[in-house]
Amino acid sequence: MDVVNQLQRQFIDYSASLHREGFLDDQFTQLQKRQDDNSPDFVVEVASLFFEDCEKLINNMARALEQQQGVDFKQVDASVHQLKGSSSSIGAMRVKDVCIAFRSFCEAQNREGCLRCLQQVTHEYSLLKNKLQTLFRLQQQILAAGGSIPVVE
Amino acid sequence: MDLHNLRLYISFLNTLSLSSLFKNPNPNPCFLVSKTTHLHTHTEPPLLLFNSSLSYWIMEVAGEVLASESQLHVLAVDDSHVDRKVIEKLLKISSCKVTTVESGARALQFLGLDEEKGSLGFNGLKVNLIITDYSMPGMTGYELLKKIKRSSTFREIPVVIMSSENILTRIDSCLEEGAEEFLVKPVKLADVKRVMNDCIMRGETEGNKRRRVDKRKFEDDNHASSSSSSSSSIPSSPSSPLPSSPSTAATSSPLHSLKRAKLGDHN
Repeated sequence: MDVVNQLQRQFIDYSASLHREGFLDDQFTQLQKRQDDNSPDFVVEVASLFFEDCEKLINNMARALEQQQGVDFKQVDASVHQLKGSSSSIGAMRVKDVCIAFRSFCEAQNREGCLRCLQQVTHEYSLLKNKLQTLFRLQQQILAAGGSIPVVE
Repeated sequence: MDLHNLRLYISFLNTLSLSSLFKNPNPNPCFLVSKTTHLHTHTEPPLLLFNSSLSYWIMEVAGEVLASESQLHVLAVDDSHVDRKVIEKLLKISSCKVTTVESGARALQFLGLDEEKGSLGFNGLKVNLIITDYSMPGMTGYELLKKIKRSSTFREIPVVIMSSENILTRIDSCLEEGAEEFLVKPVKLADVKRVMNDCIMRGETEGNKRRRVDKRKFEDDNHASSSSSSSSSIPSSPSSPLPSSPSTAATSSPLHSLKRAKLGDHN
């Protein structure tokens, strides 16, 4: 079972780095703990929903901020609020933090600030998506090799 | 086969020790026939019972029905798909049956349908608890709470509010309107378990409603600074017993819920 051990080691290290670099927080760990034999794909499913949400909301924000005749900051804020909520629920810490800054700019009706945040949030979302895809791939490999997913505290 | 007859059938089968059927799906069919002819007057159609695998199926279904009856049924309302998925999981881990809806309007629809169905059916399970997000487009969780508490049919259903924003005035107004608890998101499993425990305790004391003394208990945890996790509770009257919270209260998030037990009589 050397292959399994190796993969598990990789998984643990990668997980730890994601936490260390602030991509994920404790909430993600909590979700991983909720995964069981009845729902082995729970975290993957939640992550998929999250990314769908991200894409939809980022598009909404972009459209609202593009308005030449005047930006509806309330609308932008509503989308940011939703994204902040989802990211908090999944433990996407960096995305959430950008949303917090984003909301301040919405409140201040600062279009430039908002556009910067939009760029940042898009960047963070795509970074996280790649990282989680790597993590989930490792997960798959472990399971395929007959091992179990270690839970990283 | 309706629920009542199903129960009779189950208890009768138990007395005949036919529960061994469950473990061994291939019993002697003749044995089965001779035992079940007694059931003619109780159930219909008894002819089905001649087939052992069908009996096996009936036992399974009956088990599910009885299990689901003893499980609490929670209606979870949240416009966020991610949050619905998460809360559903936490509730299922806490042994609840869960129905999730995306809006207050849908929640009321569901309750309305529930009412129309009248007697219990597989799709018409009674709702024991409603847990709802506060900020939702259209009808907020607060508005949903008000509608439920002002309805003679549904006001007894406990309502829990969830919110990502920890605003004291918001918490106060929810509790004023009769919310059982206010949970700060992201909701932890410990919070859900505590809420379910309180719900069960509440259910057990339903029968003693008339004898219940008016009790108002505030657990005022300090919300002013998010880093503070100190809690100061306002002492309750010595005669009012508190539903005992599990020790997880100490380990749940620092921003606690304000809880208030209301008099059951809403006249």
